[in-house]
Amino acid sequence: MDDRTKVNRDLAKMLKGGVIMDVVDAEQAKIAEAAGAVAVMALERVPADIRKAGGVARMSDPKLIKEIQAAVSIPVMAKARIGHFLEARVLEALGVDYIDESEVLTPADDKYHIEKSSFKVPFVCGARNLGEALRRIGEGAAMIRTKGEAGTGDIVEAVKHLRTVHEEIRDVVNAPKEELMTIAKNMGAPYELILEVHELGRLPVVNFSAGGVATPADAAFMMALGAEGVFVGSGIFKSEDPARRAAAIVKAVTYWNDYAVVAEVSEGLGEAMRGIDVRGTEDAAHYAERGV
Amino acid sequence: MILATDPSLAIIRIGVLSLQGGVEEHLQMLRALPAVEVRTFTRPSELAGLDAVILPGGESTAIGKLAVENGLMDALRSRIIEGMPVWGTCAGMILLAREIRNDKRRHLAVMDITVDRNGYGAQLESFVSKIPIDGIEGGPFPLVFIRAPRILVVGPGVRVMASLNGEPIACVQDAMVATAFHPELSGDTRFHRWFVELARTSNRG
Repeated sequence: MDDRTKVNRDLAKMLKGGVIMDVVDAEQAKIAEAAGAVAVMALERVPADIRKAGGVARMSDPKLIKEIQAAVSIPVMAKARIGHFLEARVLEALGVDYIDESEVLTPADDKYHIEKSSFKVPFVCGARNLGEALRRIGEGAAMIRTKGEAGTGDIVEAVKHLRTVHEEIRDVVNAPKEELMTIAKNMGAPYELILEVHELGRLPVVNFSAGGVATPADAAFMMALGAEGVFVGSGIFKSEDPARRAAAIVKAVTYWNDYAVVAEVSEGLGEAMRGIDVRGTEDAAHYAERGV
Repeated sequence: MILATDPSLAIIRIGVLSLQGGVEEHLQMLRALPAVEVRTFTRPSELAGLDAVILPGGESTAIGKLAVENGLMDALRSRIIEGMPVWGTCAGMILLAREIRNDKRRHLAVMDITVDRNGYGAQLESFVSKIPIDGIEGGPFPLVFIRAPRILVVGPGVRVMASLNGEPIACVQDAMVATAFHPELSGDTRFHRWFVELARTSNRG
């Protein structure tokens, strides 16, 4: 592993056990930092608003990103459209700490992802299963987030995809070595990375859960299922009391296996984001199916 | 007859603060060392059974907030002042520092050093290097700096163990150790071995 890959994967290790919060401006970023977020994710509109308003969702205005960078001391991540390596180069030039090549924005390339290993800045990418995660790592992603259905406040897809990744890791770990090439072929994953998973017993990079987390119990649930941390998007700033809910979700992630604490922080938070039942949405509205 | 009671063979209990951050990496390093009982802790009550503690890397704002809220910050500060050995890496060093030049927050504020948060810059400035460290035998030690804090000033009671480009990056004051870099990410257990030895010696004395 080259030095750059190492320090980029290592930054994700320092975020473990933490919450990364979507923010659209400096004011929200300050609320997130004060609540105990380990990083903020800059994007043009939170997923719930993208869903509602439709249209094309793009990288944030650089002015807003600079204001967010000036407002907080925690890492600043920013989203680029799938395949849009120019947006990614712009974000790198702005000095962001991580780029999320994200299906929540409107994909810019219907076939290919960004060739991420040619960048100095680290990337995080979404995945619904092990093959997808390893393809992204093969392209240079230094961190993975298992995809939920962003902007819905419905946790079911996040659970499904995290369970799928873990189930497939168990299959790779338990398989005899002679089966690994066929598994790699069937998953569409690079053989060398399948071998690495077989030996490590886990993904070679940190894996957070993202999409659909709306409550402290949702966040604790994802930790209990084996996520190493949680991304929260619309769940915070689309709720009644963002500062309190943000702090409560941070505590629920830290103390996920202390149910009395999760109960305590869940109390009287006001209304959560209204949410959309994923089963009631059309396939075309499923962001997780973009760029797989 | 004299029984062999070499205190260096006694089990030492080391706790890694596990509110957030690179906890597992420290645990793995410690588990590779002999006669070390490795624990994690998040609450004041869990400090009682510990001989020494490690404050890992992570986000000092998040870790600091959580530690204040459950009373751990005050409990930990008291134990450190009483002489419990402590080692902070990166964010852990920020928790230990008496002064933080570019932040209003103060955390444990027990060690006589002044630091700058993210003093080496953002992630694009993260880097690796390799230099000899005073007291660590066996040649140069691999250094991993991740959005690292910078040590700006060390007080008279602080001994600098290593400097990079003329600036201190590792230092020790009594039984308090601070490193701007991450030995737990280096794949090299020598720094952990050295800290465990320091902790054993301190507990004997």
